[in-house]
Amino acid sequence: MKHLLSINDITAAEAISILDTAAQLENLTSGTVKKLPTLRGRTVVNLFFEDSTRTRLSFDAAAKRLSADVTNFAAKGSSVSKGESLKDTAQTLQAMGADAIVIRHGASGAAKRLAESGWVSASIINAGDGTHEHPTQALLDAFTIRKHFGSTRSDFVGLKVAIVGDIVHSRVARSNVLLLKKLGADVTVIAPPTLIPYGIESWGVAHSFNLDEDLESFDVVMMLRVQLERMNEAYFPNGREYSRGYGLDEVRLGRLKAHAIVMHPGPMNRGLEISAASADSVRSVVLEQVSNGVLVRMAVLYQLLTGLDQAPTGGLA
Amino acid sequence: MSLVLDSGEITRALKRISHEIVEHNHGTDSVVLMGIPTRGSFLAARIASIIASIESPLEHGYLDITMHRDDLRLRPPRPLAETVMPPSGIEGKHVVLIDDVLFSGRTIRAALDALGELGRPQSVQLAVLVDRGHRELPIRADYVGKNIPTSIKETVKVSLAEIDDKDCVEITGGEQ
Repeated sequence: MKHLLSINDITAAEAISILDTAAQLENLTSGTVKKLPTLRGRTVVNLFFEDSTRTRLSFDAAAKRLSADVTNFAAKGSSVSKGESLKDTAQTLQAMGADAIVIRHGASGAAKRLAESGWVSASIINAGDGTHEHPTQALLDAFTIRKHFGSTRSDFVGLKVAIVGDIVHSRVARSNVLLLKKLGADVTVIAPPTLIPYGIESWGVAHSFNLDEDLESFDVVMMLRVQLERMNEAYFPNGREYSRGYGLDEVRLGRLKAHAIVMHPGPMNRGLEISAASADSVRSVVLEQVSNGVLVRMAVLYQLLTGLDQAPTGGLA
Repeated sequence: MSLVLDSGEITRALKRISHEIVEHNHGTDSVVLMGIPTRGSFLAARIASIIASIESPLEHGYLDITMHRDDLRLRPPRPLAETVMPPSGIEGKHVVLIDDVLFSGRTIRAALDALGELGRPQSVQLAVLVDRGHRELPIRADYVGKNIPTSIKETVKVSLAEIDDKDCVEITGGEQ
């Protein structure tokens, strides 16, 4: 594996191997050892063209715990605001000798463009491209689900997962649907008709416009953030209306199965898609998702930056 | 393929190593065994139970050293195995590292680094079932089941009943 651009690029077995690696890393770094020497001397660049708190901090922590050198790049305050192109920015990073580039970009396909352009020789990790994909988020969500529903299982057959909310703008939903399906889970996407993408039938998952219909049947309820910044038209009348139909409030929380967990990729709009009480309830695994994110990203960096493709060339790369 | 150790010989070698560990350390006080996965872990468990039967019980654990290897860029990514610390840790203990085959010595170098992250043992000793030579680092074993002179082209394959359904040590691939 050279790049991680899309969940489509990895097999179920490769995904499980990343989750297994993350589980061992958790066991390895839970005691006195916080830092491993594995990527000493390698450089990981966080190339963020869009705002991010969790993902950037998480990749930063993951790379540092493996002893890699980390360079953080935010488009704001860089030459990108002077009009520098992705190509020129990438070539600058190449000249500095980046081994991995973690890229978040507002344009769908930006990570793939960077990987296939030949501008850089580094491994590319997609940390969110437009409304397309966010593969490490899907992996950390799968890791979190696995910890709650059998930490050594090699598939998710029999698990019922609901993904609720702003599906149309959500790269998290796309990556999660791909991965959960690959692992055999039974996935339903639930949203108002305006927030369900055209051609949802081709995703190969059930969809529903009614959150209340089958709420008792789900093992995992994944709430998505309503992405107001990507909405330039009215997708729903107002926030209260949305909340009433698709928000996870206390009443709906009370109807969930006893063992069901509530997930949210963050940042949460408290009071819109999820009530404060639901977000802070014992069923909520939101903070676990954040801790697990570091482990899963360590596992991804380990798998991409070790192995035969990564043999040192001897010269200045 | 040629058989170098059969099941009985492996058991006798492990018994002798167990006695040597107890003798060298004047008993089992503050001695802990750390097996290096995969097969070193099973050997550590076996030696621990032999020592419990001939002297007194002692603690053992498992130490995965993958993240400390220096050849990670020369081989496909390896899956990680479980690291289990002995209940009372390794601080101030006499740690006996246990592995199946001693070859280049690079695994043991990585194990010494990994141990250093976990604490400061009083001493570190090394027990191996097979020493096949061809060291690339100044490392030697304190306890050896059998010295087997090999050609660099040959492969030493250790099978243990716990995962391979049989106990034996074989050499393959010398002819090419």
